[in-house]
Amino acid sequence: MGNPFEYAPAPESRAIVDIAPAYGLFIDGKFADAADGGRLKTVNPATEEVLAEIAIGGEADVDRAVKAARKAFKSWSALPGAERAKYLFRIARLIQEHGRELAVLESIDNGKPIRESRDVDIPLVAAHFFHYAGWADKLGHAGFGPDPKPIGVAGQVIPWNFPLLMLAWKVAPALAGGNTVVLKPAETTPLTALRFAEICVEAGLPDGVLNIVTGAGETGRALIAHPDVDKVAFTGSTAVGKEIARTIAGTRKRVTLELGGKAANIVYDDAAIDSAVDGIVEGIFFNGGQVCCAGSRLLVQESVADELLASLTRRIKTLRVGDPLDKNTDVGAINSAAQLSRIRELVTAGEAEGAERWSLAGELPGKGFWFPPTVFTGVTQAHRIARDEIFGPVLTVQTFRTPAEAVEKANNTAYGLSAGVWTEKGAKALWTAQRLRAGVVWTNTFNKFDPSSPFGGFKESGFGREGGRHGLEAYLDV
Amino acid sequence: MLATRSIKTDAKVAAIDLAIRMIDLTTLEGADTPGKVRALCAKALHPDPGAPDAPRPAAICVYGDLVAEAKAALGDFGVHVAAVATAFPSGRASLDVKLADVAYAVAAGADEIDMVIDRGAFLAGRYRAVFDEIVAVKAACARSAAAGGGSAHLKVILETGELSTYDNVRRASWLAMLAGADFIKTSTGKVSVNATLPVTLVMLQAVRDFREATGRQVGVKPAGGIRTTKDAMKYLVLVNETVGTDWLDPDWFRLGASSLLNDLLMQRQKLATGRYSGPDYVTVD
Repeated sequence: MGNPFEYAPAPESRAIVDIAPAYGLFIDGKFADAADGGRLKTVNPATEEVLAEIAIGGEADVDRAVKAARKAFKSWSALPGAERAKYLFRIARLIQEHGRELAVLESIDNGKPIRESRDVDIPLVAAHFFHYAGWADKLGHAGFGPDPKPIGVAGQVIPWNFPLLMLAWKVAPALAGGNTVVLKPAETTPLTALRFAEICVEAGLPDGVLNIVTGAGETGRALIAHPDVDKVAFTGSTAVGKEIARTIAGTRKRVTLELGGKAANIVYDDAAIDSAVDGIVEGIFFNGGQVCCAGSRLLVQESVADELLASLTRRIKTLRVGDPLDKNTDVGAINSAAQLSRIRELVTAGEAEGAERWSLAGELPGKGFWFPPTVFTGVTQAHRIARDEIFGPVLTVQTFRTPAEAVEKANNTAYGLSAGVWTEKGAKALWTAQRLRAGVVWTNTFNKFDPSSPFGGFKESGFGREGGRHGLEAYLDV
Repeated sequence: MLATRSIKTDAKVAAIDLAIRMIDLTTLEGADTPGKVRALCAKALHPDPGAPDAPRPAAICVYGDLVAEAKAALGDFGVHVAAVATAFPSGRASLDVKLADVAYAVAAGADEIDMVIDRGAFLAGRYRAVFDEIVAVKAACARSAAAGGGSAHLKVILETGELSTYDNVRRASWLAMLAGADFIKTSTGKVSVNATLPVTLVMLQAVRDFREATGRQVGVKPAGGIRTTKDAMKYLVLVNETVGTDWLDPDWFRLGASSLLNDLLMQRQKLATGRYSGPDYVTVD
């Protein structure tokens, strides 16, 4: 008899998804090849299997997409909000109906565990569309004047870590506000965006309201630089965000940027240790740490550091790394070879700088891009691993003695996207949260998202807010 | 993150058999009669007449006045008799009455005593009174030399549904362990909220931490509301991932249940025969 507690694989079936060998660009309601016929391949990061060939949009394609969006803007923006809401509600329901399929597709293309794509990503995608569908006929009550107008054509560039969710964050408020969209998904994760385009067709969304131009950095540059784009929205690295800001400086374009992070997760000595341990795990190993708001810097009060680290290590040992489609999997694959080499480079730097590394033991799959959950202790603010965003399953641990020191260290970063505070004392939680320079502060929890809650950064983590009423502001002429 | 773990085929057979061996097969009704208890004991000894290899549950759990009946019916096959005591389920009686309740059950041959804590005292903040009472009950579990000496195993029921917060569950767990509990148990099964996975998680964390601090291992028994094989598997996974294999044994983890046994047996039959079983293919006792 087998040992029940080795657990049996429980893979989600791939049969539910139907991936075409090649995809064109989605412009003006139709799929078409790129003008110059360029293609790139998207691979399954867990197996390195090529999933499909994707068209690379060039300047001519971007221009065609922006023209289609401009043309559609006239009638789309003139629709009563309640009419736009109908399309958005329909899209939200279709996402729910295709939920299992989208979750599997997302996990195949991105490498994230099916439990996350199924239980977090896709439900949140639908929730965002429902939320903004509800706003479409209430824009006059959003606090931006009695009759706020849309901005025009939005050029949106999104990252690979939450492909469909980032699409939802950008597309839902844009369409609710009466704007039209040209969106460029990340080159390593375009499949759910392309499937979303088909869903929009199924929902009867008018041609040109949503256009999807796939490609890599050059395509994104062309979109952002296009003179007829009125509004730029970007989520991704701080380096690219700076480049975008330079590109649009001096133009009429409005911009929101959601960039990197290096979030502190502060654990006080009066925290519920077991809860904090689970929150730390959720904070840094959710999506393999490939999260801009990941709780990548653990700041623990020195008096409980040993106890906390012992519990944390024990907890990490129960994590299961492997096949993203297996329902038992806690940590999936790293999204790309490039990202994996960046993680490796920073981890090597951490070791070279004298921090002590502990990684979860166990064999990783032979093919694909994998990195084990890793914890660095003996880290100081001077270490590169405490300053640079690693964007992988790597936690750095530092200690502090007083609340003031915790806040000082937490804020001593170029970023300011999110932070966590763990304490059983409400007053201490509030004292700390008020002093943290971060767009989101979670207390006794981490990585909690809701479409009604605004999300965005301080400092080099970007500006503008996405989600909730605040998220509408970026897409309204106010 | 817990509870999304899969146990299948051969491994599932092993897990089902382990769960059966962890059951405290329970009847705690006002209508319990010697006949009912004898029938339940027969069920414990022959869980599945069609499958002689089916393991037996750990114990029968009855009211104290029926211990002698159960003891006689069970013989020497290794199935223990557990008696609820200390004015179960409310715990509202004087200490003398509670101790007499315990002494009676022990004298009648109970191997295990399932006591209830004084939730009134606990919720009023009189922790010392709760502690002292457990210490006194533990002393009353001692068997006379004539009965072979030693002591009945003490399970302390926290009645977590009435304690209501995780902080209280954790505090009551430590109180019971420090006072000498051999097991901590969630519930009587007589209030609206009985065993839940989160409460059991808190108690498992408490016994884990207690062993680290003192070196003494204490068992855990969720009781009430655990009816299906799927429920039982979730509890086993919780044990495995929180405290590890040291607790995956009937000596250290029990499931207080009545209808669970037949569901486990039906699943067992299904795995043995490849066909779905039904309620008429397991015995009702």
